[in-house]
Amino acid sequence: MSTTTDARREAPAGERIADWADGRLGIYSLAKANMRKIFPDHWSFMLGEICMYSFIIIILTGVYLTLFFHPSMNEVVYDGSYVPLQGMHMSEAFNSTMHISFDVRGGLLIRQIHHWAALIFLAGMFVHMMRVFFTGAFRKPREVNWLFGFLLFVLGMFTGFTGYSLPDDLLSGTGVRFMEGAILSVPIVGTYLSFFLFGGEFPGGDFVARFYSVHILLLPGIMLGLMVAHLILVFYHKHTQFAGPGRTNKNVVGMPLLPVYMAKAGGFFFLVFGVIAVVAAIASINPIWAIGPYRPDQVSTGAQPDWYMGFSEGLIRVMPGWEINLWGHTLVLGVFIPLVIFPLVLATIAVYPFIESWITGDKREHHIADRPRNAPTRTAFGVAWITWYLVLLIGGGNDLWATHFHLSINVITWFVRIAFFVAPVLAFIATKRICLGLQRRDAEKVLHGRESGIIKRLPHGEFIEIHEPLDAGARYKLTAHEQYKPAEIGPEVDENGVARKVSPLQKLRAKLSKGYYGEGNQIPKPTAEEYQEITSGHGHH
Amino acid sequence: MSSQENSESLPEAQAPAHGAVEHAGDPFADPGLPAHKPRIQDIDERAAKRSERAVAFLFFLSMVATIGFIASYVIFPVDKIVFIFPFGHVSVLNFALGLTLGVALFCIGAGAVHWARTLMSDVEMPAERHEIAAPPEVKAQVLADFKQGAAESGFGRRKLIRNTMFGALAMVPLSGVMLLRDLGTLPEKKLRHTMWSKGKALINMNTNEPLRPEDLLVGSLTFAKPEGLEEDAEDFQTQIAKAALMLVRIKPEDIKDKRELEWSHQGIVAYSKICTHVGCPISLYEQQTHHVLCPCHQSTFDLSDGARVIFGPAGHALPQLRIGVNDEGYLEALGDFDEPVGPAFWERG
Repeated sequence: MSTTTDARREAPAGERIADWADGRLGIYSLAKANMRKIFPDHWSFMLGEICMYSFIIIILTGVYLTLFFHPSMNEVVYDGSYVPLQGMHMSEAFNSTMHISFDVRGGLLIRQIHHWAALIFLAGMFVHMMRVFFTGAFRKPREVNWLFGFLLFVLGMFTGFTGYSLPDDLLSGTGVRFMEGAILSVPIVGTYLSFFLFGGEFPGGDFVARFYSVHILLLPGIMLGLMVAHLILVFYHKHTQFAGPGRTNKNVVGMPLLPVYMAKAGGFFFLVFGVIAVVAAIASINPIWAIGPYRPDQVSTGAQPDWYMGFSEGLIRVMPGWEINLWGHTLVLGVFIPLVIFPLVLATIAVYPFIESWITGDKREHHIADRPRNAPTRTAFGVAWITWYLVLLIGGGNDLWATHFHLSINVITWFVRIAFFVAPVLAFIATKRICLGLQRRDAEKVLHGRESGIIKRLPHGEFIEIHEPLDAGARYKLTAHEQYKPAEIGPEVDENGVARKVSPLQKLRAKLSKGYYGEGNQIPKPTAEEYQEITSGHGHH
Repeated sequence: MSSQENSESLPEAQAPAHGAVEHAGDPFADPGLPAHKPRIQDIDERAAKRSERAVAFLFFLSMVATIGFIASYVIFPVDKIVFIFPFGHVSVLNFALGLTLGVALFCIGAGAVHWARTLMSDVEMPAERHEIAAPPEVKAQVLADFKQGAAESGFGRRKLIRNTMFGALAMVPLSGVMLLRDLGTLPEKKLRHTMWSKGKALINMNTNEPLRPEDLLVGSLTFAKPEGLEEDAEDFQTQIAKAALMLVRIKPEDIKDKRELEWSHQGIVAYSKICTHVGCPISLYEQQTHHVLCPCHQSTFDLSDGARVIFGPAGHALPQLRIGVNDEGYLEALGDFDEPVGPAFWERG
């Protein structure tokens, strides 16, 4: 016994604390699995980190703001230090936001960091999602994590909306009114939903307090849970990586968590926070003092939601004002259809992984990130979706496009109405062609080497450019991607000559599969024979 | 469909090998991880020292910036505005606090990243992946355990217990649903009525004085509220959200709609200011054409023709308020709107 006591006395303090914790929490086993966990390095892998860090920044600054914000719609008369608004009627919510902005030292900075971080959080999630989409990192086993991420994006949108509505300023109040109008359009229950949400008629005296608990507790609570689950799955699945020498589907190549990744990722938190702090110092955001308190009978021109809500604004602006009155009831299609399309736009991208895996029938795990060109149809679909989203964003800012570029608002609205249907198709076709072109270039490069820029004159006078053959690593990288063969429905009749039953769903799948992987929809990879034929023969062309 | 059915269309699994040896004949084989290329810091101790100094300098700069933050907090008054090129007039406190905090944070990050990139080992190493799905024997064990557990509970055998439990669990959330009833009052006819009624004078929103017909000139736009609605009233916001009114004067011969002319007074027409699309207040008026435009979603209404929609997403015309003049010569309402104002809803009809 005495020897073990001696040993314990000799151990350094850190080790003794770790021993204590291990005896209760089992930290050594945890550390064994994770301390030297390997993380691959690629710039696009930090997009998710931006999201996580801005979320942490939002929580930190948000807690500070709750110390001063009064979520109440009681009417007060402003007597704070901002002279132009003195004597004005406003809600306590607006008044306390003014107090935070003008009387609490550093309050404005924290408010602006909070709002900027929210914009960056949403933008980060958007770009991160696109990265995952275009590299096919959503494939098995990561489909569930794709959905977690998607939910985080949607909840982030609503947390942002409820957040910027809290100051009860003229701009955000107009946004809330828009929401109320949209809810009223819901058939049968619309008025009830609206009255229950606002505690009666709009605006009433309740919505700020209700949005407050949704904004600071309900939604961020769910998001925190989803974020933790998202991270646990990232750890569990391990990160995807791009193909390269020594990087296969069965391994992950990179640096260990301790120390390199910890230093880089930990340091990156401070970089993100630092940049947002500087932005908040030099760029004003949501200057509610210039906007004024909300009045349902007042509005300013150029009213815009925060960017991530812009596409829903576009839907509502360009939709024709259809209304059907029948049997004493009104079906407000002009508002209700946009309200229904709004989640559908988002759902389209959310369900894509399941559609693709159904088409390919591929049940294997994928850990190698695709280069977007090597999945032309997927990439084209993604670009078409982004085009769709951007067209709606243009629609959401049609007044600003009109005033900034001296265009007719009617023309812009009609452009968006048509482009809503046409632009994604054009983007799809163009993207697919570009991807196929890039695939051809890759094949060319593998077979004939890299253009060296050196021009050689042959004895008979002909000029040729010397192509340098690629090294083995580059060749592997350019040919590592997998190519599917289109799924076949099989023969019309079975071996006994009896007509086989082929369900319409199977036919659809075969058709889609052909569109994805059939002839002309992907460029066959160069084969070893082709390569040998060219390299063993006359050399370079 | 089974996975075997599709297996022929799947591409071949990737070569798992790390070396080129076994694939000597394949020009596209994985050549394996390239050898580590040392950085200048790995071979030159002076370069490593330089990196060390750079990292330490960044951390030191962060400390200085934090001191600057505290100093700014103490020194600069909260209400001081200064001109700083190119940002314009800004709060000096906000500017100083943000910059110092930004620098303090950024330098920690930059220091850590520089440290990781130049001084920590940059030898890349592989780690094996393991299939996420459990091996068959684990799955078999789990299924057996589950079956045993389920059997021990008697869940499948004692159906009475099972069904009553489902019933209880299905019903208990109803209490929670009930509790939501008092979230708000019922709509009833509330959206059909506003504060306007026969004899209520039209009060100028800006001056808070009753309006006379001669106050309104052709081509002007005036906003009005009903007599008796004061800004400090508790339900002001809710009332004005429905009652807000806009008045324009149009030459009677320019009014195309017959009913509009009847409901006007000497060419003065009163329309609800609340857009019939989603309820924004309409506030842009074009004198020449008598068009009004909602700045939120650009619905455009022709006030000389019954306020019908001529462009944009609104679904129906703005409701008109019938007005006249009372004994004292002030404009007054001759009743409430005869249809609901604002956005359309199911019960509107």
